[in-house]
Amino acid sequence: MSEGAALDVANVSHRFGTRAALSDVSLTVARGAFTALLGPNGAGKTTLFSVITRLYANQDGRVSILGHALDREPSRALARLGVVFQARTLDTDLTVAQNLLYHASLHGMTRRAAKERIATLLARVGLADRRDDKVRTLSGGQSRRIEIARSLIHGPRLLLLDEPTVGLDLESRADIVAIVRALVREEGLSVLWATHIFEEIEAGDAAVVLHRGRIVARGTAGSIAQGTETLEAAFRRLVAEPARQAA
Amino acid sequence: MSNTLAPVPGDRPVAHLGRLDAVGYLICLGGIVRRELLRFFNQKERFFSALVRPLVWLFIFAAGFRNTLGVSIEPPYQTYVLYEVYVVPGLAVMIQLFNGMQSSLSMVYDREVGSMKVLLTSPYPRWLLLLAKLIAGVTVSVVQAYAFLAIAWFWELDIPAIGYVAALPAFIAAGLMLGSIGLLLSSMVKQLENFASVMNFVIFPMFFASSALYPLWRIRESSETLYLICMANPFTHAVQLVRFALYGQFAPLACAVVVGTTLAFFTLAVVAYDPGRGIMARRGGPAGDSA
Repeated sequence: MSEGAALDVANVSHRFGTRAALSDVSLTVARGAFTALLGPNGAGKTTLFSVITRLYANQDGRVSILGHALDREPSRALARLGVVFQARTLDTDLTVAQNLLYHASLHGMTRRAAKERIATLLARVGLADRRDDKVRTLSGGQSRRIEIARSLIHGPRLLLLDEPTVGLDLESRADIVAIVRALVREEGLSVLWATHIFEEIEAGDAAVVLHRGRIVARGTAGSIAQGTETLEAAFRRLVAEPARQAA
Repeated sequence: MSNTLAPVPGDRPVAHLGRLDAVGYLICLGGIVRRELLRFFNQKERFFSALVRPLVWLFIFAAGFRNTLGVSIEPPYQTYVLYEVYVVPGLAVMIQLFNGMQSSLSMVYDREVGSMKVLLTSPYPRWLLLLAKLIAGVTVSVVQAYAFLAIAWFWELDIPAIGYVAALPAFIAAGLMLGSIGLLLSSMVKQLENFASVMNFVIFPMFFASSALYPLWRIRESSETLYLICMANPFTHAVQLVRFALYGQFAPLACAVVVGTTLAFFTLAVVAYDPGRGIMARRGGPAGDSA
């Protein structure tokens, strides 16, 4: 286990009945780094996220968040973690503020502290004027930005985002990417960003390629793309081959 | 919306802002209850439809059977009572039965739309999160039960004033029991569509095989087996607990069964929602996303 990593996933395997969804997956997210988790649909990205967020029990291997082992200190580990799930998880019948206050209470924040923090975060994602609007009146991109604000309310140091830009138009996608990269740059937040959209990845980003539940490549996006023209071409080559363990 | 983030005053790297102590537990509990109440008040039709069902039973069904089904003297009644008077406690607890199942339905819905994930990634223990859901459901069901009693009051039920106060803990206990049963059911139902059959196989048998609509001695006259089934039905005891409380009396056996059933079902629900041991893990956890 590497000391000091924001996220340390070591030899994690997960099975649904006889089907192996994850096989011996190990990866780290360095503190203050943007790490991309690349994989086609069905690669096991969401299963991995579910293990890290303790929605699924960790069957085999270890997960550690900011030095807190998920099995031994689940509360401390989850308190340091913010998550944006792939599915939309805001309550559309409630207002933006009601959704965010609910989330703050799930982390034991007092109402006064939560209100201050919500004002700050809504300004950060550019939606301060939508505080009292029902979520159902927001666009897809705006909802996503609210979900990012929500994931940050309790002051996490590690942010997991599971395909956060799926289904959004180009402009909204760019907004989401810009917001998260700024959080990394300006606040030193550590981010694990699952995606299969290559435009969201920069050459200097740490990247891990997951395919059929196994890690098939890791390094910087630039080094993975080496020898091919683009990261996308490298990715297609990697997932076209039978799954193999990365060296 | 600009793509760049202007620094916002006061926004800087922060430590975890929540509290993981007992105060934090209470904040979390309060937050979950508040959200459920907000959702409830947003669905006013749900409130009224929950009231219409027992009122139809009381005003039409009970009126129709008034002369057919006389109820002889048996505790807690000290005189012959009209059928309407007899069915009121059962109908009030029926509201709670439906509410318990409705809460469970909303848990299944939460799981399908993914908001269950948000709840379960809270750093607090699962039992606290489920307890908060339970308390929220009970709060709603008690309000509904009293709204029904307020309307039924015009029907000359002769319930003593003290009975309305004494019934509060009984309604809370009954609500906790029925909510716990609903919680366990919600962990076992994988999809919303399966829930209709659960309603048919749980709500109707529980309601009809109980003392809600007819005293058990009448059932015993027809079938000893059916009588034993009714006695084994925890819903019978919830109804009896409320029935006695409404007349200022305490029913120890009913209380013991209600408390025991609550503890058993709540414990099973906590196990079922535990990521390591429960049904969730075997099934592959909450639905919502692709693999």
